[in-house]
Amino acid sequence: MSSVNTTAHSVVEPTPTAKRIAGAIVILYALVTMVPLAWIFLTSIKSPPDSISYPPKIVFTPTLEGYCNLFTTRTRQTPDYIQSLPRPTGTCDEITRGRNMVIAGRSNYWPRFGNSLLIAFGSTFLAVSLGTLAAYGFSRFRVPLADDLLFFILSTRMMPPIAVAIPIYLMYRQFGLSDTALGMILLYTAVNVSLAVWLLKGFIDEIPREYEEAAMIDGYTRLQAFRKVVLPQATTGIAATAIFCLIFAWNEYAFAVLLTSGSAQTAPPFIPTIIGEGGQDWPAVAAGTTIFLVPILVFTIVLRKQLLRGITFGAVRK
Amino acid sequence: MSEIKIVNLRKQFGDFVAVEDSSFTVNDGQFLALLGPSGCGKTTTLRMIAGLELPTSGKIYLDSEDVTFNRASARDIAFVFQLFALYPHMNVRKNIGFPLLSQRVPETEIRARVEETAKLLRIDHILDRSVSGLAGGDRQRVALGRAIIRRPKCFLMDEPLGTLDAEFREVMVHELRELHNRIHATTVYVTHDQHEAMAMADKIAVMNHGVIEQFGTPQEIYNRPASMYVADFIGSPPMNFMRFHSGLERGTRSVLLDGIEVPVPEVAEDVPPGELALGVRPEHIRFSDTSRLRGAVYGSEYLGTNQIVAVETASGIVKARVSADRSFRLGETVGLEFNPAKLAVFDCASGRAIASTYAEARHG
Ligand SMILES: Nc1ncnc2c1ncn2[C@@H]1O[C@H](COP(=O)(O)OP(=O)(O)OP(=O)(O)O)[C@@H](O)[C@H]1O
Ligand SMILES: [Mg+2]
Repeated sequence: MSSVNTTAHSVVEPTPTAKRIAGAIVILYALVTMVPLAWIFLTSIKSPPDSISYPPKIVFTPTLEGYCNLFTTRTRQTPDYIQSLPRPTGTCDEITRGRNMVIAGRSNYWPRFGNSLLIAFGSTFLAVSLGTLAAYGFSRFRVPLADDLLFFILSTRMMPPIAVAIPIYLMYRQFGLSDTALGMILLYTAVNVSLAVWLLKGFIDEIPREYEEAAMIDGYTRLQAFRKVVLPQATTGIAATAIFCLIFAWNEYAFAVLLTSGSAQTAPPFIPTIIGEGGQDWPAVAAGTTIFLVPILVFTIVLRKQLLRGITFGAVRK
Repeated sequence: MSEIKIVNLRKQFGDFVAVEDSSFTVNDGQFLALLGPSGCGKTTTLRMIAGLELPTSGKIYLDSEDVTFNRASARDIAFVFQLFALYPHMNVRKNIGFPLLSQRVPETEIRARVEETAKLLRIDHILDRSVSGLAGGDRQRVALGRAIIRRPKCFLMDEPLGTLDAEFREVMVHELRELHNRIHATTVYVTHDQHEAMAMADKIAVMNHGVIEQFGTPQEIYNRPASMYVADFIGSPPMNFMRFHSGLERGTRSVLLDGIEVPVPEVAEDVPPGELALGVRPEHIRFSDTSRLRGAVYGSEYLGTNQIVAVETASGIVKARVSADRSFRLGETVGLEFNPAKLAVFDCASGRAIASTYAEARHG
């Protein structure tokens, strides 16, 4: 849309000034939202005293102590005992000994992180798969009472999920689903599937039926047509939906606190329980949070192209 | 290739009758155009033949096999959609080869057949392009390629030229007919454009409100319309109707138009008194100073080789197609003369054409 005459501009293209103003607003907004994240990251590389000093320190000597404390459990020893030990084997060993402690073992952070991965991705996969099939059904077949069913599905989101925490807690105890990965996957799937059905129905409605009809006339069954023609065209919507489901399942805290405590505990309830000597170990908590952000970040970056087209809900799609 | 036979086909959506008890046969290798205005049930009829819609009642035979309730994929037909339905996530080659893939044709053979088909349609140079960037005509050809590659029993096309601009349409009309002449595939072609139907079809079925008003060759449809609806739908400008009140007896050879006797083909049935209309095509009118049927020139439209002159008569406005040499003044009185062999008489109440010797001769 460039023009030789620099003073002229097309009606649809914003003027350079408008673009600059819009850009400034976006950057300002990004900065505001990034400040807490930056603060968390900075805290994760501070020493415990630096992390709680007042006024807050902007300039400090970075240390990996927070990450060491996050991954390990430590016990206090006498300086004499520490002197008698052989040379430290790694950075964390050295930092720990500097605090008159020795590493006693690994913390539960990675197992909890693993639980989060399993439960969040597992429930997202289930919710999106079920949601895609249900949305396709609602979009293409004359389902009896379709509107009522869709409203019913949506109505499960009309109260905060935590409102049903007590019944679910009792039910899970009864069925032996408390503190199991399966239980958490089912729970998050149940919460997310309604969102998935609604989002995906919108996307699938936009795919003309003629594509499947053409495929069916060309000798494919409906299921084959769905897989070869509908699914490839729904990837944008599926990616957008998956991100929404994943973010919910990944960040969910209330149910996780209530229903998991041991082997199936996810990272969100675990991170705040990291206690150092004499109180909260803020650098370790910040380190745990920083690492916790990475998977969502990666997922979002990988799917960013689909997302950009998907989240605008058809506005950018051709 | 094969024959399509439709018997008493009917489709209702709730209480709404989209297609009403239609019957017709498309012979092997024939090109049928389903012609009618928007909403008359053309697409619904086609979709029932394809198996995309189940009929409320009636039967569909393909090569005398009853396929009424067969799945679309089991009918061995090809369908060209109005918007082509080219798969956007595949390139041209994949789109054309897609139907073969479902039949587990080996890859090398698919490749060969795609290339052969592309050559036939002169699109072999764009095989590896994405379909989203293609021009309308090329999209059309790719859609055709996808249809013909399988060598199906028959082709169904739903307004395949509807989205092309007028100039390109003309080109595609010729290409389509040429393609048909080469591969002789039984074809049902849906259109609302009478010129497309006339130019391509062996047989035309004119539909109105779910009913097939007339089924015949383009010549029959044009020359002997079975109803006022068909007469009015076909031809531009359409047939003129001059209304009069009268009854007719079998063997009558003229009608009285506002007291003036006008010769017509011999009437072959008795008609009780009622509102009738004399139908006359614009090109079957001559100006003659001796004619007793007179009117005043109301307007004219110059078309190059000829002109359309509208004349206001006692029986309504009549449009005549005459040579462009003569110019008329508005209000000028002229005499009209009709070619008696080409006239038709209709019953206004039912819209039906009254049987005449001409009609018998053409139909018999
Ligand atoms: N699935 C449906 N449910 C309800 N009514 C329908 C359905 N499909 C078609 N109709 C109705 O049936 C009538 C005939 O539709 P059809 O699509 O066959 O018309 P058409 O002759 O192809 O028209 P057009 O030239 O606009 O494509 C229309 O009035 C339409 O509204
Ligand atoms: Mg149609």
